[in-house]
Formats: sequence, structure tokens, C-alpha cells
Amino acid sequence: MTQSHRLPEGGIVDRSRPLRFSFDGAPYEGYAGDTLASALLANGVHLVGRSFKYHRPRGIATAGVEEPNALLQIDVGARTEPNVRASVFPLREGLVAASQNRWPSLSLDAGAVNDVASRLIPAGFYYKTFMWPATSKAWLRYEHVIRHAAGMGRSANAPDPDHYEHQHAHCDVMVIGAGPAGLAAARAAAMTGARVILCDEHPVFGGSLVGASAMVDDGPAAAWIDATTRELKGSSLVTLLLRTTAFGHYDDNLIGLIECVGEDSADGAPRERLWKVRAKSVVLASGAHERAIAYANNDLPGTLLAGAARTYIDRYAVRPGSRAVVFTNNDSAYAAALALQRAGVAVAAVIDPRPDAAIDGQWPREARAAGLPIVPGAAVARAHGRLRVRAVDVVPLSGGAGRRIECDVVCVSGGWNPAVHLFSQARGRLRYDAEHATFVPGSALSQMTPAGAANGRFGLAAALDDGHAAGIEAAYRAGFAAASAPQPPRAAAIATGALQPLWSVPTTRKGDKRFVDLQNDVTVADIALAAREGYRSVEHLKRYTTLGMGTDQGKLSNVVGLALLAEVTGRSIPEVGTTTFRPPYSPVTLGAIPGHATGKEMEPTRCTAMHDWHAERGARFVNTGLWKRPHSYPRAGESPDDAANREATNVRSRVGIVDVSTLGKIELQGNDVAEFLNRAYINRWDTLAVGRCRYGVMLRDDGMVLDDGTTSRLAPTHYLMTTTTVNAVKVMQHLQHLLQIDWPELEVFATSVTEQWAAAALSGPDARRVLAKIVDIDVSNGAFAFLAVRECRVSGANGEIPARVFRMSYSGELAFEIHVPADRGRAMWEAVIAAGEEFGIMPYGTEAMSTLRIEKGHVVIGPEADGRTTADDLGMGSLVNAAKWCIGKPMLARAALSAPDRWQLVGLTAQDGAIMPRGAKIVADPDHALPNPMLGHVTSWCWSPNLDAWIALALVANGRQRHGETLWAVSPLANAKVRVTVGPPCFIDPEGGRLRV
Amino acid sequence: MLLIPCPWCGPRSQIEFTYGGDANAKRPAPGAPEAVWYAYVYLRDNPAGPHAERWLHSAGCRQWFEVRRDTRTHEILGCARPGETLPGAPA
Repeated sequence: MTQSHRLPEGGIVDRSRPLRFSFDGAPYEGYAGDTLASALLANGVHLVGRSFKYHRPRGIATAGVEEPNALLQIDVGARTEPNVRASVFPLREGLVAASQNRWPSLSLDAGAVNDVASRLIPAGFYYKTFMWPATSKAWLRYEHVIRHAAGMGRSANAPDPDHYEHQHAHCDVMVIGAGPAGLAAARAAAMTGARVILCDEHPVFGGSLVGASAMVDDGPAAAWIDATTRELKGSSLVTLLLRTTAFGHYDDNLIGLIECVGEDSADGAPRERLWKVRAKSVVLASGAHERAIAYANNDLPGTLLAGAARTYIDRYAVRPGSRAVVFTNNDSAYAAALALQRAGVAVAAVIDPRPDAAIDGQWPREARAAGLPIVPGAAVARAHGRLRVRAVDVVPLSGGAGRRIECDVVCVSGGWNPAVHLFSQARGRLRYDAEHATFVPGSALSQMTPAGAANGRFGLAAALDDGHAAGIEAAYRAGFAAASAPQPPRAAAIATGALQPLWSVPTTRKGDKRFVDLQNDVTVADIALAAREGYRSVEHLKRYTTLGMGTDQGKLSNVVGLALLAEVTGRSIPEVGTTTFRPPYSPVTLGAIPGHATGKEMEPTRCTAMHDWHAERGARFVNTGLWKRPHSYPRAGESPDDAANREATNVRSRVGIVDVSTLGKIELQGNDVAEFLNRAYINRWDTLAVGRCRYGVMLRDDGMVLDDGTTSRLAPTHYLMTTTTVNAVKVMQHLQHLLQIDWPELEVFATSVTEQWAAAALSGPDARRVLAKIVDIDVSNGAFAFLAVRECRVSGANGEIPARVFRMSYSGELAFEIHVPADRGRAMWEAVIAAGEEFGIMPYGTEAMSTLRIEKGHVVIGPEADGRTTADDLGMGSLVNAAKWCIGKPMLARAALSAPDRWQLVGLTAQDGAIMPRGAKIVADPDHALPNPMLGHVTSWCWSPNLDAWIALALVANGRQRHGETLWAVSPLANAKVRVTVGPPCFIDPEGGRLRV
Repeated sequence: MLLIPCPWCGPRSQIEFTYGGDANAKRPAPGAPEAVWYAYVYLRDNPAGPHAERWLHSAGCRQWFEVRRDTRTHEILGCARPGETLPGAPA
């Protein structure tokens, strides 16, 4: 079959570039410049799909983004894409397309039984039917079958091989739509010197003018489009984007654009590009969508919008059929009828509900002059045919006998709806325009100017005029004025008669289906049913019937649907109102939204200066916020847990080193740092001597623990604060708030230096002997006491490294923390490892570190300090200095925070050699009837290689009074119950002798 | 996505900022009664209309400042450095 319906001349297709493609396995040919839909129509193919619910045969209904029927599965394998609108998808060589929602084949579909049985499945049927019986999980079983019968294409089941990118842009005037209004607006705005971005979803400029025979500025429209686009392309201030849809308007004039780039272009190009354009001012020249009229079987293949028929003829040089009936309530379809006649299609009749006298616009007069048979005061009541329309019944609206007219194509026009989506998203209010029976922009927006058909200004002359004015206005709002008033482009005005609203044609035959929403199979009867059942709000109607909830978002159906709701509820259309317009205007590929931010690039990865060393030693990493930290360093044949136990044991018996570079580090300088710390921490800081460190706890204003860490006094007015890894950002933000907003009178400068310093903790009985080998200071207990800080130099294989060494311990062993400039981190680490070799030093990871701190009963922000615990709950109540005020202290006075049943930190030891269950709850009796009263929960747990038992930290009601008691740790999910002994949280060396040696 | 006028850096996209809550919440004096502290910690107005709030230019100059934003439209009515008068106050 070779393009049986292609016209010999006209259109913008390139007849020298034939493209082969297949549809449902059959080979076809089209031309470069075709859409998939125009290429199918050129081959006489109308039947392209089955409907969503009733599996009725469906054809191509539109020539644009509003297409409800021609949703095809494109390509195969990883690149396959479902629900592609054939009406906008550009044809390319070798394209493989397939219909959806049919089995076994498009022309013989078993699911069509739903159509016969449709009286059993009205609107909302699944709400009424499949919830029964209410006590069972019936819906879950029904859903499986329904999902198979309904639904659309299939998504790819392999990773997307394409890539997508993001582009940020700024402009003075963003013009959306490059039809006559948009081109005129962009030209006018550019003349003022404004930076302009002009986008259009089509691959060519001109919108409705493409291929049309109209005249602009006394020349052919095509010449005007050429001249205007050449002028715009020649300006360095103008960016032109084709195949680019403005899909959303967001706050402060941020416009989301989606540009199709690489579907048919060179290797390496992204498939799509998401633009985020911040515009000072926007011209919305998005045009209008034609709407249909509901009559029986108005969904048969061969039925399309009159404007679409004209587009297929003018733009693509495709004849949609051989014998057409045009059904219209307005003048625009007469232009389509004339185009049909020019294309050699026999126009059997133009059916118009208006009285003869009202059909007197310029196009109807031309149609009469061309001999087209016009039937006034009549309507199409029913179409006949199975897989293609073959006749329509035409009835006089005054009553009386109808007649049947043979045809293979029906072109319908019920009027035009401005594409106000982005205007509405920008919070513009809509107004009902009775003359055109539609909603138009009804309020002025300071940041957006609608123009042309999108503004309810229909017709070429009005579009050019309105677009030109909008371009000047938008530029003015962006701060640009024309030096001399440029002339708007001119076209002859076409006199048009008034539209006569007609939403549906009555039927008396039961079972007739008059479709309003073709994509979701919503009929006139469904809307009436919803209204009878009380769904009078348009938002409820939408949700109950699914009207307008398809991928087309009701571009064809919404206004018709709400007009019918107005009819059946006896209200006016403005009283019913519209549903809310939300982005996206048309579907956006999910892959374009993250762009390159997928997989490893989804978020930044933070690595410490010693990262490569860890990786080279086979470290297994764990994510801590954005950081990669070594979990453990498993040896050959060793499990990560065994490795962690080996590492933890080695710290207690010999010496280990752990990378603590991820701790938050904040330098504080100024005369008032001590006072500031006094206010920010629960404990006292003015007493801290130079060269000393102290552990501190910060509270939130509500009295709960915010963070902990050590702060050291390096010089009289110079301190270094450390925070937990996860709270580094939050604490910095908190301190800056305090200093900038709350206490600007304090002279304190806070600087984050987390990235600037690498840090390692060296701990174990041999830690001092290792350190002594590499530093130039006396590290004996007398010279370098517990909780002191010293500046020194670390000597390693690659020279000396300036360092700050802190004598503090998290593991509970003799320990030193060594901080060096980040770029020397690895050299310092390797120097320590080399020095420690003779002592059996091992690196240890976060898992061993966690075991060591649980053994010591050290709390962690998160598990123990979970935002509901006070310092006292965690056993640190004595740190709250009574003599001074601090953040959170006023709220601590509340009685509930010192109630006897507060959950308090305890240590638990599993009895009977049992394993501590994950996430266990603490109860007194594991066999108590449900609900079993909960006494607390486990916060951290581990196997302790040093105690040879499973131990845990837990928050338990009145826990400090329960030391010695036996309780139960239960996990119903794991079906585990373990007898535990309650004790103090510190299991090892509670006197702290080991750290002070 | 809002366009927030940082008083130091000029208008920047919202992605650079961190929200800091109600700017009307002023830290009470240390010795203020518990009821005053309670109100400061827990009680916030939820106005439909102009709202004074704090923002931190966290991916920029790291300065806290105040913004008056209409919660119904997201229109930004003014901004101010700490200690300055925030413009756009309802009459």
C-alpha cells in the first residue's frame, strides 16, 4: 500500500524523502515531515486503537497534542514507549508502531465484549461492585483482572538507554506558541531589544498558518512565516525552540519546557531536554483546541475534528477519506469543508444546527458558492459502521424524519476552546465567553499576557493584531519599550457568524453511546448518571466518571462535559465552572525530570581524603548522609561482621585507627565565644582553659537533645567545635541563626571547616606508643593529659605535616584524634599505619566503632537522642549547668520532662546466649494479651566480642530504677522474644580508667 | 519555584535557600516566664496572606534574612536584613 490518500501537491512533507515504517507488523511508507498519524492516514489507515474501557474501535481524531485515541506503542525493547500520540510524533525511517489495548488483534478484539455488556459497567461501576464483600480483600483480587482488561500500552522492562539533560535559561519575554500570534509577539518584543525565547511544540513555525492559503501583509502566509522566522533567527537576542512544549507555569514566572532533541538525530544527543526558563514576562500564544459534539457512535474511526481534517490536507497533503460529512455549529468548519473539496474529497453534506439565515459568514458563503450542500437546522444523530464510519443519520432539530447519508469520514466542530492551561496555572481567572461558548482569560496578570486564540481572539487578523500588542506589552513589563512603534502584520478580517452552542444530539435509543471523553470512555449518559447520584460539583464529576483524567487531560472533553453537567443540573455553565488546571500541559517523560541526576549522579558523593586508601584495602563502604565511610575492612574469606568484630577486639587489646574526617568541624573566633558556647551548650565553657577540650550537649528550644560533640579552646578567642556527621549542616545553620538573628551583639565568627581538615582517631592501649613515634611533642600522660589539645607536626614518609592532636576517646580506650589539612590526610593516615605496624595496628570501620561505643554506653544522635529525649533521659542530666542559662533550659522545667515514667537510657544484656532481635520492644511479659504494654525499645544493639554476649542500649520507662531487673526484648515481626538483664548503659570500664592511663 | 530576593546577593532561585520559619517568633529574654517560652517554642500563626518568615541563603552568602510572602499567591512583598524593617506590612 503506497500512500493511496496522499495529494499530489501541497503540504510541508518532503516527497523526495520517503520513509518506511510499520504499524502492527504491516509495512507502510510516508514522507519526511509527516507525523505518524498523517503517514497512517496517507495510507488510508484510520483504525489505530481500541478504547480504554469498552474496547471500541478508534481512529485518529485530531492533528495535535489533544489526541485521545491514536495512542500507540512505539519501538521495541528498551526504547519502547507506550501511549505515544501519533498525531504529534514525527515519522522516521524504520519506525515500528503498534496499537494498544487489543487482543488478539486490532480488528478482532475479545475485550469488545465490554461494549456489549456496557450496561453492567456504568460510571463508577468499580466503586459499587468490586468492593463486595467488604470484609475480604476482594478489590485486590478483582483489580488484577480489571488492570489487564483496561489500560493502555506497556512500559519498557529494561533500563532506559537514552539520556536527558537540563538547561536553565533567563529571558525578558518568553513567547509560548509560534503560530501567527506568537510569531507576531516575538517579533514585536525582539524589536524593543528584549531577550526573547520563542517555543513551539511542532517541528515547524507557523501553527495554524502552516500550509494554509491565507495572505499576510499582502503575500502568502508561508512567505510571512519565512521572513519573520529569518528575522528572529538573525537576532542574537532571540532563542527559537521547536518541538518544545511549555508544560507548566510555576511561581515567579518559571516556565518548564520539554524539548524533543534526539529521537531522530545524531548519536550522543540527549533524547529530551528539560528547560527551566525564568522569564520576566510571558506571552501565552498557545492557540485553541477544537471540541466535538456528542452523538451516537461519534467515536467510529473516520470521525475527526474538522480543523484536524483541514490540517491533514493543508499541512500534510493527506486526504482523510473519499466522501465526507461535515457537522458543525460554527463557521470554522466551512473552511475545512472547502479544503476537503479542494483535496478532491466529495463533501456529501455540511450539517449545521443553525437556521439558514444565521449561516452567512464569509466561509459559509464561499461554501455555498462552491456548491457544497448545506443542511441547516439539522444535526448528526447517529453514525453507522463497524471498524469505520460508513453513514450518518441526519435529523432536523425541529423534529420529523431524518435521512441517512453515506460517507467514510465525518468532520465535526463544536467550537473552539482557548488553551488557557498555563494562564490558569499562573493563577489567572477564567471568564465564560457566551459568544464563543467557552472559557477565556478573564483577569489581567502582571507577568503573563495571553494572545490570539488563547486569549479568545479567534481568526488570523485578530491573532496577528493581538499577538503584536501582547509582544509590545510583555516587553514593556520587562522594562523595554519600542523606539518607534512597529507596524503589526496585517491580514484581511474574515466575517464570521455566531456559534450556536450544541453539546450533544439527543437520542431515544437505549444503549446508544455518545462519547464526551474518548480516551476514558465517558458518555453523555455517564454524566447524567453522576449528576443523578449527586455528583454536582465539576471536581466530583471528574473523579467519579474519570472525565478528563486521561493522558489528554480532557483537552477535547472538559468544556463539553461541564456544559452537559450544567444542562442536567439546570445551572449555567459559569456556575458549574472548570476543574483546576495543573501542570503538565501534556505528558512529560519521567526520565527528563531527573535529567542526569540518576544513579551515581542522583546526589553528590562525599569522600574523605583517605577514601582511596580504604578502597585499596577492600573496605566495604556505608552511606552516612552523602559521605562514604568504611563499614569494615574484610580480609579474604571474612564476612563484614567478622571483620568488624576482629577490628573492635583489636582496639581493646592493641590499637586501631578510624577515619573520622566526616565529623562536622566549625571554627569559632571572637571575644564572645565562651559566652556564646555557654548559651548554646548545656554545660559551662568560660571555665575551659586554652589547650583543653570538653564534651558538650546542645538542646533544641523545646529542651530535647539536638546534637553533641567536643569543643576545644585553641587560643583565648579561638575554638574548634565538632558536631556529629549527620548534623553538621543543621548545627551550622543553627549557630548562624543565633549569631545573625538572635544575638547579633555577640562577637563570634563561625566558619565551617569540615572539608578543610582530615581526621583520624587512634585508639587502643598502644595508641600512645604509636603516636610517640611520629609526633614532635611529648605525649606522656603528664605532658598531654586526657581532654587536652596540642599542635604539633606528624612526620611520615613524605615529610612533616602540621597537625592538631586531641586526647579524647569515643571507644573508651586510650585515644588521640589527629586533625591535619585535608590534602595531607592520606599521608598522615599512612604515617600512623606505618608507625603502628609493629603494634598490630588495624584500621577499623563504623561497625567496629559502633560496637565500641555501645559497649561504652555512648549515645548517638538519632537512635538514642531521637528528638524526644532530654539530657536527663540519656543519663546526662548532671551536665546541665545550674548556674547559667542555655537554649532549651526554660522548657526543661516542665513537669512532664522529669516524670518518673520517663524512658531512660539503660544497657541490656541478652540472657541464655540469645541473639538480640532487631528493632525490639521491651515488655515485662512476652505472653501478655495484646496489646502488650510497652516499657520501651531497643535503640542500638550489637554482638560484643569483648563481652562475648549480645548487648543493647535501650530507652526504658523509669530505666535507671530497673537495674538488675529481667525484662523481655520482643519482636513480633521476627517472632523473637529474648530475656534481657537491665543494667547501666556502660558495659566496659565505667570508671574510665583506661582512657586516663 | 520562588525567586527570592536575597538582600545581599539579589534575586536567586529558591533551590539556594533554606526555610527558617516564622520571623515573628522572637527569642524571649532568658528569664521570661514559661508561658512566654511556650508561645515562642510552639505557637505559630498560620495566616492566609502576607507572612513574615526567615530564609537562609544556604547555598549562597550564608546569611539569614526576612521575607514577607503572601501564602496564598507566593508573591514576595519585600525582604530585609536582620534589624531592618521588613517592607510590605499589612496596613
